[in-house]
Amino acid sequence: MPAPTTQIVNVRVLLFASYADRLGLESVRVALPALATVADALDHVRSLPGGEQIPPRPLCAVNLAHAGLDTRLAEGDEVALLPPLAGG
Amino acid sequence: MTFLSATPIDPATLIARVESPAHGGVASFLGQVRDHHGGRTVRRLEYSAYGPMAEEECARIVAEAEARWPVRVALEHRVGALEIGDVAVAIAAAGGHRDEAFAACRFVIEEVKHRVPIWKKEFYRDGAVEWVEPDSGAAGQRGGVAEVIGIESPSREVLGR
Repeated sequence: MPAPTTQIVNVRVLLFASYADRLGLESVRVALPALATVADALDHVRSLPGGEQIPPRPLCAVNLAHAGLDTRLAEGDEVALLPPLAGG
Repeated sequence: MTFLSATPIDPATLIARVESPAHGGVASFLGQVRDHHGGRTVRRLEYSAYGPMAEEECARIVAEAEARWPVRVALEHRVGALEIGDVAVAIAAAGGHRDEAFAACRFVIEEVKHRVPIWKKEFYRDGAVEWVEPDSGAAGQRGGVAEVIGIESPSREVLGR
């Protein structure tokens, strides 16, 4: 018999620069339903106090690489919400 | 290799890392801290980064440049507090001839601006402090949508070779 599907994925969402300032947080632990995507993690963060100041389609990364909002998340993933980049 | 530096960048050291007897063309680029932005006087600034991802993204950009042109590339970006005139980013690209050196150097600075998670906080003479968020200029248009950066960037072709 196959192992039961995990019902929850726990991820960590990192916030930087202006986004961290707006929420007063640098990271948030989020428990999401199975098959959740970056968009679901973003929705959760945007529902927090100050989160409405994060745009609906920010730059995102998963596990240190740029990722789209439709990227599926797995247990332990590190999601990052990236304000407009200003290096260089 | 470490691409982020909390201490001053020495361009000569960076160039020395890519030089070789086979490299007749060496192009370099320095980005230095400007004393003005949007009509306001800037006194100093601070760069912060998502360090682990910034290191990985810089490594990917250098690898892409070295796959696309016959060059060796060195790249460093400052983090922390910088004063006017400080070198914020330095790139050196060495190849057999100038064409590939210039092309690779230009590619690397453009990709750094669009892909590396680094942020800049400017401290103005009037006392204001603001995160710099590139507007809808070239950087903003490409930088505003994750899918474009991650999936459709021209550099993906390079990775796929």
